[in-house]
Amino acid sequence: MSDSKLSKNLLRMKFMQRGLDAETRKQLEEDERRIISDEHWYLDLPELRARENLILEEQSLVSCEDLKYGRFSFKGFNPEVEKLMVTMNPKEEEEERQEEEVSRMQTDVTDEEMALRYESLVGSMRKKFTRKKNQASEEGDTERVSLKRDQASEEGDTERVSRKRDQASEEGDTKRVFLKPQD
Amino acid sequence: MFSGLREKVGQVLVPGDEFSLEVQETLSLTEPLKPEKVLLGPGLKRRGDRKLLVVKSGVLRHKQPHVFWVENHQRRYVPAKGETIIGIITVKSGDVFKLDFGGSEQASLSYLAFEGATKRNRPNVQVGDLVFAQFIVANQHMEPELVCVDSAGRANGLGVFGAGGLLFSVSLGLVRRLLRPRSDVLSDLQKLFPCELVVGMNGRLW
Repeated sequence: MSDSKLSKNLLRMKFMQRGLDAETRKQLEEDERRIISDEHWYLDLPELRARENLILEEQSLVSCEDLKYGRFSFKGFNPEVEKLMVTMNPKEEEEERQEEEVSRMQTDVTDEEMALRYESLVGSMRKKFTRKKNQASEEGDTERVSLKRDQASEEGDTERVSRKRDQASEEGDTKRVFLKPQD
Repeated sequence: MFSGLREKVGQVLVPGDEFSLEVQETLSLTEPLKPEKVLLGPGLKRRGDRKLLVVKSGVLRHKQPHVFWVENHQRRYVPAKGETIIGIITVKSGDVFKLDFGGSEQASLSYLAFEGATKRNRPNVQVGDLVFAQFIVANQHMEPELVCVDSAGRANGLGVFGAGGLLFSVSLGLVRRLLRPRSDVLSDLQKLFPCELVVGMNGRLW
């Protein structure tokens, strides 16, 4: 069978196109697309652009005057409505700011408080790590501790962790202390 | 741009007054030219591209940044979308209630527009009940429609309220004065005695 006897639609079918080259296939596709796009209708008008309207109209007075919610309850006559009054009405800005400040002060800890707490914490933690025999000398010996601390600051951690007996002799010199963070 | 309007704030305007918003005569070179928007409340209508027409007689009011409206004395209510009103149920037919709110026609309220209402679980509403509802459709071409539920499906105080009590008809100006943010009338009422008050924008108080 020669090609001229086969119809166009038959030739466009998938099994007929498997033998074709890529180029001829592309050609066929383009022809089809051109036919389809030619059949589309277009309006022969210039490009119109809707202008942004500067004047807006509003029917309701509620947004103009910031009117409140329509249900009220006075002196606790209807508790549900009192709750609604709080939730539905837009809160004023000043009240909101005050509320925020109050809540912040109650929950956060001020810097001064933090410093005081930390100082007392250091003392109590130090006591925790001293042995009984050193407790008596511990209380009057804060200066010696601070001098030794510089020498033993690096060793202090490992000693505490390992707790070797042979270092018991060094206890008198380098006490296992709770070390303050060094700046 | 709307300096002509700004000058008249606080003055009495009559229907038929026109304002034209002109382009600025002097353009500043440093600032970019921004077209300023104007929001017109009730009483002012747009006519053409840059003209305003006053349609109600009253005092011109202004709110920052660019809201203008005319405040007038009126007793007849015209429905507007989003406003909450007090309505009286007149007809209960099938799936829909008809409410009288003092307008030119009755508004419809579907029985499904209540919190927790389904086809099986119908709301307990009788003819003659007072309903606090909100407009969702309110224009001159269509029948007004009300709902007793917000967009999330919660009642938020809408719906049937109160047995007993008294219903008054007042002017719309009094309603506005009651609902203002810092209202003197309301603060005086608060101190009197424990009571409950429902204010409808259609000029009805309960």
